[in-house]
Order: sequence, then structure tokens, then C-alpha cells
Amino acid sequence: MMKDNRMDLHTEPFVLNMGPSHPATHGTVRFLLKMDGERILHCETEIGYLHRGFEKHCENGTWTQVFPYTDRLNYNSAIQNNVAYALAAEKLLGITGKMPERCTAIRTIMCELARLADHYTGLGASMLELGALTAFLYFVEARELVWDLIESVCGARLTSNYVRIGGLSTDLPEGFAAHTKQVFATNRVFWTEFDKLLTKNRIFLDRMRDTGALSREDSIAFGFTGPLLRAAGVEYDVRKAHPYLMYDQVDFDVPVGFAGDNFDRYLVRMEEINQSIRIVEQVLAKLPSGPINVDDPAVRNPSKEAVKSRMESMIFHFKNTIEGIQIPAGEVYVPTEGSNGEVGFYLVSVGGGKPWKCRVRPPCFALTQAVGEMVKGGFLSDIIPTFDMVNLIGGECDR
Amino acid sequence: MAELREQVKRKFGDAVLSTHADFGDQTVLLRKESALEVMRWLRDDPSMLFNFMMDLTAVDYLGKKPGDQRFEVVYHLYSLKHNHRIRVKAPVAEDDPTIDSVVSIWKGADWFEREAWDLYGIIFKGHPNLKRILLYEEFVGHPLRKEYPIRKRQPLIGPEN
Repeated sequence: MMKDNRMDLHTEPFVLNMGPSHPATHGTVRFLLKMDGERILHCETEIGYLHRGFEKHCENGTWTQVFPYTDRLNYNSAIQNNVAYALAAEKLLGITGKMPERCTAIRTIMCELARLADHYTGLGASMLELGALTAFLYFVEARELVWDLIESVCGARLTSNYVRIGGLSTDLPEGFAAHTKQVFATNRVFWTEFDKLLTKNRIFLDRMRDTGALSREDSIAFGFTGPLLRAAGVEYDVRKAHPYLMYDQVDFDVPVGFAGDNFDRYLVRMEEINQSIRIVEQVLAKLPSGPINVDDPAVRNPSKEAVKSRMESMIFHFKNTIEGIQIPAGEVYVPTEGSNGEVGFYLVSVGGGKPWKCRVRPPCFALTQAVGEMVKGGFLSDIIPTFDMVNLIGGECDR
Repeated sequence: MAELREQVKRKFGDAVLSTHADFGDQTVLLRKESALEVMRWLRDDPSMLFNFMMDLTAVDYLGKKPGDQRFEVVYHLYSLKHNHRIRVKAPVAEDDPTIDSVVSIWKGADWFEREAWDLYGIIFKGHPNLKRILLYEEFVGHPLRKEYPIRKRQPLIGPEN
């Protein structure tokens, strides 16, 4: 009898609007869902709520004035964007080979600290949204400690504005190595606790395993990069494929998954935390001494002392500030490995002190595009872990 | 082995307007009519295998290039197998800002082409759903065109209910 009743029931798909201001759509994004009960038939993703004209702003300022805007792309790992932009501008200037060793080493350290902060935030917030508040607290604390490190270097926690074309704004503070060692010791404990709470937890596994999966072929066709691509079994990491900074001088592994589901994405990020710590420790162990800025007053401002006592230095300072660093005409694309995937800057100069075009390839733009494909046929609740693992950062996706 | 840009030039001859390798970035400038064909070959040929379309964008060279080829559509491709990269560019005129869509080659091009339409007004022929992505439907103009004033404000018009 029951069976017949069910067959007579007339049902039709309904449209559900999720976001842009839903607690789980952090970064403001909107999903238009066509639902059959709890099943997702179709999902359309709408972005752009955080668009603020990044490129337009960049084109209307000097080359140096771009840095604060890059902070606001992926604000979880702002320094990586600073570095990526600086590397591109330096390539266009032709001074890549002249960068002091210490500058390169510090940039490497800061990039990996940023990756740590990003992964702690991403994983922690994801667990919060899955209801694992305790795990969230462990990783938020770990992130706080990394932010303390970043703050001790550049005075800011999120919007670092630390890197400059041809150098850095300041050197590392005294006692940085000891401070880092202490933070890593604490964070290793947090990592273990986090791992114990989740990785073999039945409830967690049910939410993560086999949800939001995308095949290797589809991941490539969608232009996936970073942890999501590696979780699908593709061993592509810019740090290995096109080594930059000091990545060819340190030992580290690139974790790779095989199922391409949310659980593998989680595992890849968890292991990347360990690898980043490993990289920072190696670089700190052989941190070279010496200058942090390239020796060229037309690129990197002379010291304040020189500016106030020597006329030539003052002229350089004035011209660099008012007219901007002069970068010859040309175009360049530099890929770097951001926490979320390939962050590439495509810069076009027609000569002069302002960028003609300053394009950033945002990794999570390509990832967010595929959310519809990833959740299709799944349950409504699968959107939460899937979207968390995509780790959409509105500032970067919408620019 | 010949450089990538030379191989493309040898294969497609007249379709290639110019090439360069400034700063080590392999670059080919194509006629836009041939862009689709060349890029399909770039993805499928065993010596190329550019399976990743990493980036797609446009550049507005207003007043900086001779002739009327005001825009350039720029593709950055990457091959996982060979670990090499190439930049493909195609000039697009102001009075006919169209080019073939590459969504049929790389699915991921979908949103990138929508963005180039949104911000530069380049029309991608054959795109399945060419509508604005970062701005709202009622927005007038394409803000990354050089003549669009940076301080211009537009009222945010919500959808009609």
C-alpha cells in the first residue's frame, strides 16, 4: 500500500536560493539550486559581490602602489601575492638574477608562513561549518601564532604590504628564528590534536569521503591548480615545475591524493602544513646575511639616511615616489604556487611609472567555476564541505 | 628541438602574425580567425599537449598600437606532460570585438571569457552563456576599457520585481 501511495505523489523540482549572505557562503557567493528533495539537480554559482576594480586601480597608480591592492586578493596569504607581483615586476625590469640572497630567503620563509596561515584558516573554518567547533579552535589558535610571527616582521597580520619591487620593506626582527621555533613546537601539538579529532572520525568521514569529487580529467579541463588538483592525483606544484625563490634548494614533498574528493583535499592540505614547516626550518637554518634590497637606487629607494644627506639619493626617492619606478615596455607572466593554486601575474608595460595592465590569475576563480559540477547529484549538505575545500576567497575571486 | 614558437610558425605559417620570446616567455600572435584551430592543435598535438588553459584575459592598447587592432585577447597555456608554457595572443579590432570561444577546447575557459566580455566587451562567438560575471547585468559599459573613467559612478540598479 505504502509503495503505491508514493508513486501517486506528485513532486516537482524546486529552486532554492543559497547566499549571498549565508553563514556558509563566506566570501559572499550565491548558489541557485534546483532541488529534487535533498538532491541537487543543478547548481548555478554567482560571484562578483566583492568586485572592487583591482585592475583599474592598479593601472591608475605607480608600480609600487599596487602592493596594498595585492594584499586584498587572497587576504589569508597576502604575502604570497606581494611576492608574486614583485617577482613579475622584477622579471620585467630584468633584475631577477640580481636579487640579494637574503631577500630571496626571507621571501621564501614568508611565503610558507602565509601558506600555513591559509591552510590553518581554511581547514579550521571548514570544520566549524561542519560542526566541529573544537577542531576550529585549535587551528585558529595555530593561525594566531603564525600571524604573531608575520606581525613581528611587518607590523600587520593580514594586509602585510611587506614586499617591494627589488627588495623588502624591512629585515627580519631580532630573535625571529627562536620565535619561529617556539611557534612550530606549539603548532605541531595543535596539528596532532586536530588530526586525532578528525582524520579517523566516522561523522567527519561520512561528510567528506566521496563528496564533491571531480575526476583527474575534469580537474585539468577546468584549470584546477593547487591542493584540489593534487587531491585528484595530478602532481603539479609550481614550486617543483618552475622553481622560483629558494624552492630548488630545499627538500620537501608534494602530497598527492587519488580520489579527488573532499577527504583527499583535506589530507593534502594537512600534509602541506607539515611540508611548509619543513621548508621554513631548512631556510632558517641557512639564512644568508647581507642586504635585503637590490643595489639600484632607481628601483629600490636609498636608505632614509642617504635621502636626507645626499642630493642624488633624495632625487631618486622623489622620482620613485612621484613618477614611479620606470619599467621598460614589455609583457611577462610569472606563475607562483599560492596556497590555493597557481597565482600568476601577467604584467604589461608600455614604459613609464604605471602598469598598463596588471592581471592576476586567481586560482579560486577556476575552482569556484566547477562547484556546480562537483555538487551535482549530491545532497544539499554536501555543498558545505565542498565549498569549504574550494576555499573561495572573495577578494581573490572577484578582485 | 626548435622553440615552441618556431614550431607553431612552421605549422601554421600565415596564421602567425609574429612571435617573440622576451624574458623567456614563448609568445605567438595569431590571426583571430585561426586562433581556435591553432589552439585545438596546441592541445592535441603530441609534441604540444597544452592540456591546461591557465589564464585568459584581454588587453586594451588604446592609442598604443598602429592600425585599428585595439584589443588583444591573451591565453596562457601549460602542458603538464612536457612542463612547458606558451602565450597565445590574438588582436581584435574595436569595430568588430569578436573572437571564437575556446570553451569547446577547455571547459574552464567559460568564466574567463565571461570576465573578458564583462570588463572589456570582447564577444566570444559560440560561448554557451556569455553574460556578465563580476558586474551586474544592468551595468553600462566595460570598465577596463581605457576610456572608462576611474571615478565614474553608476547607480546600483537591482533586478525588477
